[in-house]
Amino acid sequence: MNLNLDFSFLNWGLIQSFVVKGFIFSVQLTLIAMIGGIALGTVLALMRLSGKKWLVMPAAFYVNTLRSIPLVMVILWFFLLIPLLIGRPLGAELSAMITFTVFEAAYYSEIMRAGIQSVPKGQVYAGYAVGMTYPQCMKLIVLPQAFRNMLPVLLTQTIILFQDTSLVYAIGAYDLLKGFEVAGKNFNRPVETYLVAAVVYFVICFSLSMLVRRLQKKIQIIR
Amino acid sequence: MTWDWQVFLQDTGGGQSYLEWMLSAWGWTLSVAVCALAVALTVGSLMGILRTTPNRGFVWLGNAWTELFRNIPLLVQIFLWYHVIPSMFLVLRGVPSFVLVVLALGFFTSARIAEQVKAGIQTLPKGQTYAGLAMGLTLPQTYRYVILPMAFRIIIPPLTSESMNIVKNSSVAFAVSIAELTMFAMQAQEETSRGVEIYLAVTGLYFVSAFAINRLAHFIEHKVQVPGMIGGK
Repeated sequence: MNLNLDFSFLNWGLIQSFVVKGFIFSVQLTLIAMIGGIALGTVLALMRLSGKKWLVMPAAFYVNTLRSIPLVMVILWFFLLIPLLIGRPLGAELSAMITFTVFEAAYYSEIMRAGIQSVPKGQVYAGYAVGMTYPQCMKLIVLPQAFRNMLPVLLTQTIILFQDTSLVYAIGAYDLLKGFEVAGKNFNRPVETYLVAAVVYFVICFSLSMLVRRLQKKIQIIR
Repeated sequence: MTWDWQVFLQDTGGGQSYLEWMLSAWGWTLSVAVCALAVALTVGSLMGILRTTPNRGFVWLGNAWTELFRNIPLLVQIFLWYHVIPSMFLVLRGVPSFVLVVLALGFFTSARIAEQVKAGIQTLPKGQTYAGLAMGLTLPQTYRYVILPMAFRIIIPPLTSESMNIVKNSSVAFAVSIAELTMFAMQAQEETSRGVEIYLAVTGLYFVSAFAINRLAHFIEHKVQVPGMIGGK
Protein backbone atom coordinates (compact mmCIF):
# COMPACT_ATOMS: atom_id res chain seq x y z
CA MET A 1 0.00 0.00 0.00
CA ASN A 2 1.36 3.33 -1.02
CA LEU A 3 0.16 6.05 1.34
CA ASN A 4 2.15 8.88 -0.03
CA LEU A 5 -0.46 11.51 0.63
CA ASP A 6 0.27 15.14 1.25
CA PHE A 7 -2.50 17.36 2.47
CA SER A 8 -0.25 20.29 3.37
CA PHE A 9 -1.42 22.32 0.38
CA LEU A 10 -4.93 22.40 1.80
CA ASN A 11 -5.52 25.64 3.66
CA TRP A 12 -8.36 28.05 4.19
CA GLY A 13 -7.20 30.35 1.40
CA LEU A 14 -7.37 27.55 -1.14
CA ILE A 15 -10.74 26.39 0.11
CA GLN A 16 -12.06 29.92 -0.11
CA SER A 17 -10.84 30.48 -3.63
CA PHE A 18 -11.92 27.13 -5.14
CA VAL A 19 -14.35 25.19 -3.00
CA VAL A 20 -16.69 27.70 -1.33
CA LYS A 21 -18.05 28.96 -4.66
CA GLY A 22 -18.86 25.41 -5.73
CA PHE A 23 -20.37 24.52 -2.35
CA ILE A 24 -22.67 27.54 -2.48
CA PHE A 25 -23.82 26.53 -5.95
CA SER A 26 -24.49 22.92 -4.88
CA VAL A 27 -26.56 24.08 -1.90
CA GLN A 28 -28.39 26.65 -4.04
CA LEU A 29 -29.17 24.07 -6.67
CA THR A 30 -30.41 21.62 -4.01
CA LEU A 31 -32.67 24.19 -2.33
CA ILE A 32 -34.11 25.55 -5.58
CA ALA A 33 -34.78 22.06 -6.95
CA MET A 34 -36.28 21.00 -3.61
CA ILE A 35 -38.70 23.94 -3.35
CA GLY A 36 -39.58 23.95 -7.04
CA GLY A 37 -39.73 20.18 -7.19
CA ILE A 38 -42.03 19.86 -4.18
CA ALA A 39 -44.34 22.58 -5.54
CA LEU A 40 -44.54 21.04 -9.02
CA GLY A 41 -44.61 17.55 -7.50
CA THR A 42 -47.63 18.39 -5.34
CA VAL A 43 -49.52 19.61 -8.41
CA LEU A 44 -48.61 16.39 -10.25
CA ALA A 45 -49.63 14.23 -7.28
CA LEU A 46 -53.00 15.97 -6.97
CA MET A 47 -53.53 15.57 -10.71
CA ARG A 48 -52.85 11.84 -10.45
CA LEU A 49 -55.19 11.45 -7.49
CA SER A 50 -57.97 13.53 -9.03
CA GLY A 51 -59.51 10.53 -10.80
CA LYS A 52 -60.13 12.60 -13.94
CA LYS A 53 -58.59 10.91 -16.94
CA TRP A 54 -57.46 14.09 -18.73
CA LEU A 55 -55.52 15.09 -15.59
CA VAL A 56 -54.23 11.65 -14.62
CA MET A 57 -52.82 10.74 -18.04
CA PRO A 58 -50.48 13.71 -18.62
CA ALA A 59 -49.23 13.64 -15.02
CA ALA A 60 -48.57 9.89 -15.19
CA PHE A 61 -46.79 10.32 -18.53
CA TYR A 62 -44.59 13.11 -17.11
CA VAL A 63 -43.64 11.14 -14.00
CA ASN A 64 -43.05 7.79 -15.70
CA THR A 65 -41.02 9.25 -18.55
CA LEU A 66 -38.65 11.21 -16.33
CA ARG A 67 -38.27 8.33 -13.91
CA SER A 68 -37.09 5.99 -16.65
CA ILE A 69 -34.39 8.24 -18.12
CA PRO A 70 -30.95 8.55 -16.48
CA LEU A 71 -30.48 11.93 -14.81
CA VAL A 72 -27.32 12.58 -16.84
CA MET A 73 -29.33 12.22 -20.06
CA VAL A 74 -31.99 14.61 -18.73
CA ILE A 75 -29.27 17.14 -17.89
CA LEU A 76 -27.85 16.79 -21.41
CA TRP A 77 -31.31 17.04 -23.02
CA PHE A 78 -32.13 20.32 -21.29
CA PHE A 79 -28.70 21.73 -22.00
CA LEU A 80 -29.30 20.95 -25.68
CA LEU A 81 -32.97 21.85 -25.97
CA ILE A 82 -33.30 25.07 -23.95
CA PRO A 83 -31.03 27.08 -26.29
CA LEU A 84 -32.92 25.66 -29.30
CA LEU A 85 -36.24 26.77 -27.79
CA ILE A 86 -35.33 30.23 -26.53
CA GLY A 87 -32.76 30.97 -29.20
CA ARG A 88 -29.78 31.78 -26.98
CA PRO A 89 -27.50 29.80 -24.65
CA LEU A 90 -28.55 29.86 -21.02
CA GLY A 91 -25.39 28.83 -19.21
CA ALA A 92 -24.74 25.57 -17.41
CA GLU A 93 -25.75 26.82 -13.94
CA LEU A 94 -29.21 28.12 -14.88
CA SER A 95 -29.83 25.14 -17.13
CA ALA A 96 -28.99 22.81 -14.23
CA MET A 97 -31.48 24.59 -11.95
CA ILE A 98 -34.32 24.16 -14.44
CA THR A 99 -33.37 20.54 -15.14
CA PHE A 100 -33.21 19.52 -11.49
CA THR A 101 -36.51 21.19 -10.64
CA VAL A 102 -38.29 19.44 -13.50
CA PHE A 103 -36.58 16.11 -12.81
CA GLU A 104 -37.02 16.05 -9.03
CA ALA A 105 -40.71 16.99 -9.35
CA ALA A 106 -41.30 13.52 -10.80
CA TYR A 107 -39.75 11.86 -7.74
CA TYR A 108 -41.32 14.22 -5.18
CA SER A 109 -44.75 13.69 -6.73
CA GLU A 110 -44.51 9.93 -6.18
CA ILE A 111 -43.64 10.54 -2.52
CA MET A 112 -46.56 12.94 -2.07
CA ARG A 113 -48.92 10.51 -3.76
CA ALA A 114 -47.81 7.62 -1.55
CA GLY A 115 -48.07 9.87 1.51
CA ILE A 116 -51.65 10.88 0.77
CA GLN A 117 -52.60 7.29 -0.05
CA SER A 118 -51.02 6.05 3.19
CA VAL A 119 -53.85 7.60 5.19
CA PRO A 120 -56.50 4.90 5.66
CA LYS A 121 -59.81 5.53 3.85
CA GLY A 122 -61.66 5.09 7.15
CA GLN A 123 -60.16 8.38 8.35
CA VAL A 124 -61.85 10.23 5.49
CA TYR A 125 -65.17 8.48 6.08
CA ALA A 126 -64.93 9.28 9.80
CA GLY A 127 -64.44 12.93 8.89
CA TYR A 128 -67.51 12.90 6.64
CA ALA A 129 -69.48 11.07 9.31
CA VAL A 130 -68.94 13.87 11.82
CA GLY A 131 -70.14 16.36 9.22
CA MET A 132 -66.88 17.73 7.76
CA THR A 133 -66.69 19.03 4.19
CA TYR A 134 -64.03 17.74 1.72
CA PRO A 135 -61.62 20.69 2.25
CA GLN A 136 -62.00 20.43 6.04
CA CYS A 137 -61.39 16.73 5.89
CA MET A 138 -58.23 17.23 3.78
CA LYS A 139 -56.89 20.04 5.89
CA LEU A 140 -57.67 18.69 9.36
CA ILE A 141 -57.42 14.94 8.92
CA VAL A 142 -55.67 13.69 5.79
CA LEU A 143 -52.88 16.19 5.10
CA PRO A 144 -51.46 16.41 8.65
CA GLN A 145 -51.11 12.62 8.77
CA ALA A 146 -49.91 12.38 5.18
CA PHE A 147 -47.28 15.02 5.81
CA ARG A 148 -46.02 13.23 8.91
CA ASN A 149 -45.79 9.99 6.99
CA MET A 150 -43.89 11.45 4.07
CA LEU A 151 -41.66 14.04 5.75
CA PRO A 152 -38.73 11.63 6.36
CA VAL A 153 -38.92 10.33 2.79
CA LEU A 154 -39.08 13.87 1.38
CA LEU A 155 -35.95 14.78 3.34
CA THR A 156 -34.16 11.57 2.33
CA GLN A 157 -34.97 12.37 -1.30
CA THR A 158 -33.45 15.81 -0.75
CA ILE A 159 -30.22 14.22 0.52
CA ILE A 160 -30.15 12.09 -2.64
CA LEU A 161 -30.80 15.25 -4.63
CA PHE A 162 -27.78 16.89 -2.98
CA GLN A 163 -25.64 13.92 -4.00
CA ASP A 164 -27.03 14.01 -7.53
CA THR A 165 -26.10 17.66 -7.99
CA SER A 166 -22.55 16.39 -8.57
CA LEU A 167 -23.77 15.16 -11.98
CA VAL A 168 -23.76 18.71 -13.35
CA TYR A 169 -20.19 17.63 -14.13
CA ALA A 170 -21.66 16.49 -17.48
CA ILE A 171 -22.29 20.08 -18.59
CA GLY A 172 -19.34 21.62 -16.77
CA ALA A 173 -21.20 23.66 -14.13
CA TYR A 174 -19.06 24.71 -11.16
CA ASP A 175 -20.32 22.77 -8.15
CA LEU A 176 -18.72 21.41 -4.97
CA LEU A 177 -17.05 18.47 -6.74
CA LYS A 178 -15.78 20.69 -9.54
CA GLY A 179 -14.31 23.05 -6.94
CA PHE A 180 -12.24 20.22 -5.48
CA GLU A 181 -11.30 18.99 -8.92
CA VAL A 182 -10.03 22.39 -10.05
CA ALA A 183 -8.06 22.78 -6.81
CA GLY A 184 -6.56 19.32 -7.35
CA LYS A 185 -5.52 20.17 -10.91
CA ASN A 186 -3.98 23.49 -9.89
CA PHE A 187 -1.85 21.97 -7.15
CA ASN A 188 -1.28 18.71 -9.04
CA ARG A 189 -2.74 16.77 -6.09
CA PRO A 190 -5.88 15.13 -7.60
CA VAL A 191 -5.74 12.07 -5.30
CA GLU A 192 -5.90 14.13 -2.12
CA THR A 193 -8.61 16.48 -3.34
CA TYR A 194 -10.89 13.63 -4.50
CA LEU A 195 -10.43 12.01 -1.08
CA VAL A 196 -11.29 15.23 0.72
CA ALA A 197 -14.30 15.71 -1.57
CA ALA A 198 -15.55 12.24 -0.66
CA VAL A 199 -15.11 12.95 3.06
CA VAL A 200 -16.94 16.27 2.78
CA TYR A 201 -19.88 14.72 0.92
CA PHE A 202 -19.97 11.84 3.39
CA VAL A 203 -19.97 14.07 6.46
CA ILE A 204 -22.74 16.27 5.07
CA CYS A 205 -24.97 13.44 3.86
CA PHE A 206 -24.37 11.16 6.85
CA SER A 207 -25.16 13.83 9.44
CA LEU A 208 -28.26 14.91 7.53
CA SER A 209 -29.50 11.32 7.33
CA MET A 210 -28.89 10.88 11.08
CA LEU A 211 -31.01 13.99 11.68
CA VAL A 212 -33.76 12.60 9.45
CA ARG A 213 -33.70 9.34 11.41
CA ARG A 214 -34.10 11.17 14.72
CA LEU A 215 -36.90 13.26 13.29
CA GLN A 216 -38.61 10.14 12.02
CA LYS A 217 -38.62 8.62 15.51
CA LYS A 218 -39.95 11.83 16.98
CA ILE A 219 -42.90 12.36 14.67
CA GLN A 220 -43.94 8.75 14.18
CA ILE A 221 -47.66 8.22 14.68
CA ILE A 222 -48.22 5.48 17.19
CA ARG A 223 -51.15 3.37 16.08
CA MET B 1 -36.11 22.15 -37.36
CA THR B 2 -35.93 19.16 -39.65
CA TRP B 3 -35.13 15.57 -38.90
CA ASP B 4 -32.02 14.03 -40.29
CA TRP B 5 -31.94 10.38 -39.26
CA GLN B 6 -29.36 9.60 -41.92
CA VAL B 7 -26.81 10.90 -39.48
CA PHE B 8 -26.64 7.36 -38.13
CA LEU B 9 -25.35 6.08 -41.48
CA GLN B 10 -22.54 8.62 -41.60
CA ASP B 11 -19.03 7.39 -41.20
CA THR B 12 -17.37 8.30 -37.90
CA GLY B 13 -14.00 8.50 -39.59
CA GLY B 14 -12.87 5.08 -38.45
CA GLY B 15 -14.72 2.99 -41.03
CA GLN B 16 -17.65 2.59 -38.66
CA SER B 17 -21.08 4.21 -38.89
CA TYR B 18 -22.65 6.08 -35.98
CA LEU B 19 -25.27 3.34 -35.77
CA GLU B 20 -22.60 0.68 -35.26
CA TRP B 21 -20.87 2.87 -32.69
CA MET B 22 -24.15 3.36 -30.84
CA LEU B 23 -24.89 -0.36 -30.76
CA SER B 24 -21.45 -1.13 -29.38
CA ALA B 25 -22.01 1.63 -26.79
CA TRP B 26 -25.30 -0.06 -25.85
CA GLY B 27 -23.33 -3.26 -25.36
CA TRP B 28 -20.98 -1.45 -22.97
CA THR B 29 -23.90 0.00 -21.03
CA LEU B 30 -25.49 -3.43 -20.65
CA SER B 31 -22.18 -5.08 -19.72
CA VAL B 32 -21.46 -2.47 -17.04
CA ALA B 33 -25.01 -2.79 -15.70
CA VAL B 34 -25.13 -6.59 -15.63
CA CYS B 35 -21.66 -7.05 -14.09
CA ALA B 36 -22.34 -4.33 -11.51
CA LEU B 37 -25.67 -5.96 -10.69
CA ALA B 38 -23.90 -9.26 -10.05
CA VAL B 39 -21.44 -7.54 -7.70
CA ALA B 40 -24.24 -5.59 -6.01
CA LEU B 41 -26.45 -8.63 -5.44
CA THR B 42 -23.62 -10.70 -3.99
CA VAL B 43 -22.14 -8.05 -1.70
CA GLY B 44 -25.51 -6.48 -0.89
CA SER B 45 -27.06 -9.80 0.16
CA LEU B 46 -24.05 -10.62 2.33
CA MET B 47 -24.12 -7.21 4.06
CA GLY B 48 -27.89 -7.31 4.45
CA ILE B 49 -27.70 -10.75 6.08
CA LEU B 50 -24.89 -9.64 8.40
CA ARG B 51 -27.07 -6.77 9.61
CA THR B 52 -29.73 -9.19 10.86
CA THR B 53 -27.43 -11.63 12.68
CA PRO B 54 -27.21 -11.68 16.51
CA ASN B 55 -23.48 -10.92 16.34
CA ARG B 56 -22.89 -7.24 17.14
CA GLY B 57 -19.63 -7.04 15.23
CA PHE B 58 -21.29 -8.31 12.05
CA VAL B 59 -24.17 -5.87 12.50
CA TRP B 60 -21.71 -3.02 12.92
CA LEU B 61 -19.80 -4.05 9.78
CA GLY B 62 -23.00 -4.26 7.73
CA ASN B 63 -24.24 -0.92 8.98
CA ALA B 64 -20.91 0.81 8.39
CA TRP B 65 -20.75 -0.60 4.85
CA THR B 66 -24.25 0.62 4.05
CA GLU B 67 -23.70 4.12 5.43
CA LEU B 68 -20.33 4.49 3.72
CA PHE B 69 -21.52 3.61 0.24
CA ARG B 70 -24.87 5.36 0.56
CA ASN B 71 -23.62 8.75 1.63
CA ILE B 72 -21.06 9.49 -1.08
CA PRO B 73 -22.32 10.51 -4.53
CA LEU B 74 -21.86 7.85 -7.21
CA LEU B 75 -19.76 10.16 -9.38
CA VAL B 76 -17.37 10.80 -6.47
CA GLN B 77 -17.17 7.06 -5.81
CA ILE B 78 -16.31 6.44 -9.45
CA PHE B 79 -13.55 9.05 -9.25
CA LEU B 80 -12.26 7.42 -6.06
CA TRP B 81 -12.03 4.04 -7.80
CA TYR B 82 -10.51 5.51 -10.91
CA HIS B 83 -8.05 8.07 -9.57
CA VAL B 84 -7.45 7.39 -5.88
CA ILE B 85 -7.48 3.65 -5.28
CA PRO B 86 -5.03 2.66 -8.08
CA SER B 87 -2.55 5.24 -6.82
CA MET B 88 -2.81 3.92 -3.26
CA PHE B 89 -2.76 0.21 -4.10
CA LEU B 90 -0.19 -0.18 -6.83
CA VAL B 91 -1.35 -3.73 -7.67
CA LEU B 92 -4.55 -2.22 -9.05
CA ARG B 93 -2.72 0.06 -11.44
CA GLY B 94 -3.09 -2.17 -14.47
CA VAL B 95 -6.76 -2.97 -13.90
CA PRO B 96 -8.92 -1.78 -16.85
CA SER B 97 -11.28 1.10 -16.10
CA PHE B 98 -14.25 -1.10 -16.99
CA VAL B 99 -13.56 -3.27 -13.92
CA LEU B 100 -13.13 -0.21 -11.70
CA VAL B 101 -16.45 1.24 -12.84
CA VAL B 102 -18.19 -2.10 -12.31
CA LEU B 103 -16.83 -2.25 -8.76
CA ALA B 104 -17.81 1.37 -8.08
CA LEU B 105 -21.35 0.96 -9.36
CA GLY B 106 -21.68 -2.49 -7.78
CA PHE B 107 -20.60 -1.38 -4.30
CA PHE B 108 -22.72 1.79 -4.52
CA THR B 109 -25.79 -0.31 -5.33
CA SER B 110 -24.87 -3.01 -2.78
CA ALA B 111 -25.66 -0.52 0.01
CA ARG B 112 -29.20 -0.14 -1.30
CA ILE B 113 -29.60 -3.88 -1.79
CA ALA B 114 -28.32 -4.54 1.75
CA GLU B 115 -31.08 -2.24 2.96
CA GLN B 116 -33.72 -4.21 1.02
CA VAL B 117 -32.39 -7.60 2.13
CA LYS B 118 -32.39 -6.51 5.76
CA ALA B 119 -35.94 -5.18 5.46
CA GLY B 120 -37.05 -8.40 3.73
CA ILE B 121 -35.61 -10.58 6.49
CA GLN B 122 -37.14 -8.41 9.19
CA THR B 123 -40.65 -8.65 7.74
CA LEU B 124 -40.60 -12.40 8.45
CA PRO B 125 -42.02 -13.33 11.85
CA LYS B 126 -39.31 -13.99 14.47
CA GLY B 127 -40.97 -17.35 15.09
CA GLN B 128 -39.60 -18.65 11.79
CA THR B 129 -36.03 -18.29 13.05
CA TYR B 130 -36.92 -19.80 16.42
CA ALA B 131 -38.72 -22.69 14.75
CA GLY B 132 -35.65 -23.37 12.62
CA LEU B 133 -33.35 -23.28 15.64
CA ALA B 134 -35.74 -25.42 17.70
CA MET B 135 -35.62 -28.06 14.95
CA GLY B 136 -31.89 -28.29 15.56
CA LEU B 137 -30.74 -26.31 12.52
CA THR B 138 -27.68 -24.14 13.01
CA LEU B 139 -28.07 -20.40 12.40
CA PRO B 140 -26.53 -20.55 8.90
CA GLN B 141 -28.80 -23.50 8.08
CA THR B 142 -31.81 -21.55 9.34
CA TYR B 143 -30.90 -18.68 7.01
CA ARG B 144 -30.26 -21.00 4.09
CA TYR B 145 -33.38 -23.18 4.35
CA VAL B 146 -35.95 -21.09 6.24
CA ILE B 147 -35.39 -17.36 6.09
CA LEU B 148 -33.64 -16.49 2.82
CA PRO B 149 -35.95 -18.43 0.46
CA MET B 150 -38.88 -16.39 1.76
CA ALA B 151 -37.04 -13.09 2.22
CA PHE B 152 -35.72 -13.03 -1.34
CA ARG B 153 -39.15 -13.70 -2.77
CA ILE B 154 -40.57 -10.82 -0.76
CA ILE B 155 -37.98 -8.34 -1.97
CA ILE B 156 -38.17 -9.11 -5.70
CA PRO B 157 -40.16 -5.92 -6.44
CA PRO B 158 -37.67 -3.51 -4.80
CA LEU B 159 -34.78 -5.50 -6.31
CA THR B 160 -36.42 -5.04 -9.70
CA SER B 161 -36.39 -1.29 -9.33
CA GLU B 162 -32.77 -1.39 -8.12
CA SER B 163 -31.87 -3.38 -11.24
CA MET B 164 -33.53 -0.76 -13.40
CA ASN B 165 -31.69 1.95 -11.45
CA ILE B 166 -28.38 0.29 -12.16
CA VAL B 167 -28.97 0.62 -15.91
CA LYS B 168 -29.72 4.30 -15.42
CA ASN B 169 -26.79 4.82 -13.06
CA SER B 170 -24.36 3.15 -15.47
CA SER B 171 -24.62 6.42 -17.44
CA VAL B 172 -22.34 8.03 -14.85
CA ALA B 173 -19.49 5.92 -16.25
CA PHE B 174 -19.14 8.54 -18.99
CA ALA B 175 -17.05 10.53 -16.50
CA VAL B 176 -14.16 8.08 -16.74
CA SER B 177 -14.46 7.63 -20.52
CA ILE B 178 -16.14 4.23 -20.68
CA ALA B 179 -17.50 4.03 -24.24
CA GLU B 180 -21.11 3.58 -23.08
CA LEU B 181 -24.32 5.22 -24.32
CA THR B 182 -24.04 8.57 -22.54
CA MET B 183 -20.43 8.96 -23.64
CA PHE B 184 -21.54 8.13 -27.19
CA ALA B 185 -24.35 10.67 -26.97
CA MET B 186 -22.02 13.45 -25.84
CA GLN B 187 -19.34 12.73 -28.43
CA ALA B 188 -21.63 12.04 -31.39
CA GLN B 189 -23.60 15.19 -30.58
CA GLU B 190 -20.42 17.22 -30.72
CA GLU B 191 -19.19 15.64 -33.94
CA THR B 192 -22.45 15.70 -35.93
CA SER B 193 -24.45 18.54 -34.28
CA ARG B 194 -27.52 16.33 -34.70
CA GLY B 195 -28.08 16.22 -30.94
CA VAL B 196 -31.85 15.71 -30.94
CA GLU B 197 -31.77 12.59 -33.14
CA ILE B 198 -28.85 11.09 -31.24
CA TYR B 199 -30.27 11.84 -27.79
CA LEU B 200 -33.66 10.44 -28.84
CA ALA B 201 -32.09 7.19 -29.99
CA VAL B 202 -29.98 6.87 -26.84
CA THR B 203 -32.93 7.66 -24.56
CA GLY B 204 -34.93 5.05 -26.46
CA LEU B 205 -32.25 2.43 -25.84
CA TYR B 206 -32.23 3.24 -22.10
CA PHE B 207 -36.02 2.79 -22.09
CA VAL B 208 -35.78 -0.54 -23.86
CA SER B 209 -33.06 -1.82 -21.51
CA ALA B 210 -34.92 -0.84 -18.35
CA PHE B 211 -38.16 -2.29 -19.71
CA ALA B 212 -36.47 -5.58 -20.61
CA ILE B 213 -35.14 -5.91 -17.06
CA ASN B 214 -38.59 -5.12 -15.72
CA ARG B 215 -40.19 -7.90 -17.81
CA LEU B 216 -37.46 -10.38 -16.88
CA ALA B 217 -37.95 -9.63 -13.19
CA HIS B 218 -41.72 -10.11 -13.50
CA PHE B 219 -41.08 -13.44 -15.15
CA ILE B 220 -38.77 -14.52 -12.32
CA GLU B 221 -41.24 -13.28 -9.72
CA HIS B 222 -43.98 -15.32 -11.35
CA LYS B 223 -41.77 -18.44 -11.58
CA VAL B 224 -40.69 -18.51 -7.96
CA GLN B 225 -43.90 -17.46 -6.24
CA VAL B 226 -45.12 -19.65 -3.39
CA PRO B 227 -48.78 -20.71 -3.70
CA GLY B 228 -50.90 -19.03 -1.05
CA MET B 229 -48.27 -16.40 -0.27
CA ILE B 230 -47.77 -12.79 -1.30
CA GLY B 231 -48.86 -12.42 -4.92
CA GLY B 232 -49.23 -16.20 -5.26
CA LYS B 233 -52.26 -18.08 -6.42
